[in-house]
Amino acid sequence: MANEEKIDKAQVEHVASLAKLEFDDADLGKFTTQLGDIMELFNTLSEVDTTDVEPTFSVTDQFNTMREDVAVNSHEKEALLKNAPDTQDGFIRVPAIIDESEGAN
Amino acid sequence: MNFQTTIGLEVHVELKTNSKIFSPSPVEFGDDPNANTNVIDWGYPGVLPTTNKGVVESGIKAALALHAEIEKHNHFDRKNYFYPDNPKAYQITQADKPIAHDGWIEIEVDGEKKKIGIAEMHIEEDAGKNTHNPNGYSFVDLNRQGTPLIEIVSKPDIASPDEAYAYLEALRQRIQFTGVSDVKMEEGSMRVDVNISIRPYGSDKFGTKTELKNLNSFNFVRKGLAFEEKRQQQVLMSGGTIQQETRRFDEATGQTILMRVKEGSDDYRYFPEPDLPALAISDDWIHSIEEAMPEMPGKRRARYVNELGLKDYDAMVLTQTKEMSDFFNETVANGADAKMAANYLMGDVNAYLNDQQVDLQDTKLTPANLAAMIKMISDGTISTKIAKKVFKALTKGEEPVAWVKSKGLVQLSDPAQLQPMIKKIVDDNQQSVDDFKNGKDRAVGYLVGQVMKQTHGQANPKVVNELLMKELNNR
Repeated sequence: MANEEKIDKAQVEHVASLAKLEFDDADLGKFTTQLGDIMELFNTLSEVDTTDVEPTFSVTDQFNTMREDVAVNSHEKEALLKNAPDTQDGFIRVPAIIDESEGAN
Repeated sequence: MNFQTTIGLEVHVELKTNSKIFSPSPVEFGDDPNANTNVIDWGYPGVLPTTNKGVVESGIKAALALHAEIEKHNHFDRKNYFYPDNPKAYQITQADKPIAHDGWIEIEVDGEKKKIGIAEMHIEEDAGKNTHNPNGYSFVDLNRQGTPLIEIVSKPDIASPDEAYAYLEALRQRIQFTGVSDVKMEEGSMRVDVNISIRPYGSDKFGTKTELKNLNSFNFVRKGLAFEEKRQQQVLMSGGTIQQETRRFDEATGQTILMRVKEGSDDYRYFPEPDLPALAISDDWIHSIEEAMPEMPGKRRARYVNELGLKDYDAMVLTQTKEMSDFFNETVANGADAKMAANYLMGDVNAYLNDQQVDLQDTKLTPANLAAMIKMISDGTISTKIAKKVFKALTKGEEPVAWVKSKGLVQLSDPAQLQPMIKKIVDDNQQSVDDFKNGKDRAVGYLVGQVMKQTHGQANPKVVNELLMKELNNR
């Protein structure tokens, strides 16, 4: 973001829709200004010369924190379901969704 | 105008680890909904994922089987989207630095070999499962949430639907031999997304691609691509343009049907996963995994031909699945003649599996028992005819040597026992003797049949023939 591109209302609306949020006009205006300020900060940061600096993917200096492949069943199904807004026959019940894409992609 | 076709395949493979990729919940299918979940799978506030070492190992195995370069330093990323089967509202995957890249596998179409490149392979978590209900609700089961997956993305090297089919077969076979997955499309442990574009011959610019969904078998992949290839040609030939769109393959008609037009790529807002430390894969780790890897199908096929004297076709059939190939290896190791073992596996065993619609590993057949039966045929204890009965017993888990003894099915090869019987049969059938003298060979067959009848098929045909000819020539 080295260029001084300003965040506009349409972009904020787009980001809000991706986050499933709805704002009225007053809020949209407020967030457009706020997000614009945040982007300004990034513009300042990007003035630092980072040539030959490896990107930081993680702030920890740990690697390979892994567990062995051993299965443990928590047997917490009933407790877990208690926090679901709606359940039926051991399933989480949600408003009907129609989408052809199932599973990870 | 002539066109050339470019096909890209994205294949998801479910890994059969004991536990999930980021939580210790069991990876099991068919259990009660949500029975195999915990707070991590649900994305409860404050929980932290931990990477399953077995998943990374499986990823390395798969990468090695695909001749891919392993990225020594790789990490996970978040892919953000909202969907009820995705409780955290993000999927942990690898976008920026996948575990492996630049691999290849070899395919064979009409006797011609070709290498298909693999652009990258990454590890990620699967989502839960939605069931749709007509009454205005959907039901979510998170048992599958967190099941480890690898995704294998081909390079655009695939030039025809037949090549796509061959690629999937080769990919399935190689992954299956590593043992990291069952790779079964019908059970969802292998899922295929395809895209296809065409362009005029010689053009260096790829055409607009369309994506196909609902391809539930390799055959449907081939059919769907063939239909789409033709459809795109017709659109371009009639002066139209191809839209970037997702189409659904209709199994009943063999056609592809427009599902939705794609409006740019989805905004998944990827960023590095902060809850998981990066992975550093050492050469030592890779080598130790490589040394423990099962022999790949190509090597087995060559060994069967060069060392065991099998025909190449037979060697190819036996190396279709690791289970079959392992079974063959062990049958031979148990002392069975290699060619006979191959014939039994491709003949009686395959027929039995087809008839029962089961996998070899789910039957009561064992390499030791099959080898014991083959050895009894080789040493003349039983005839191949009796072996048919013995084989049936093998499918019920019987030990053949004991079973043959208990049923009194040991072949009669002792001339002292057979000679008097044959003499009497010849005495009783003067007509056949006359026929034989008049050069009618059929008479011999009739007399052999009589001996077999009296011995309930247990007489050794070779010995019977010898004794009978001697008897006839003495008359």
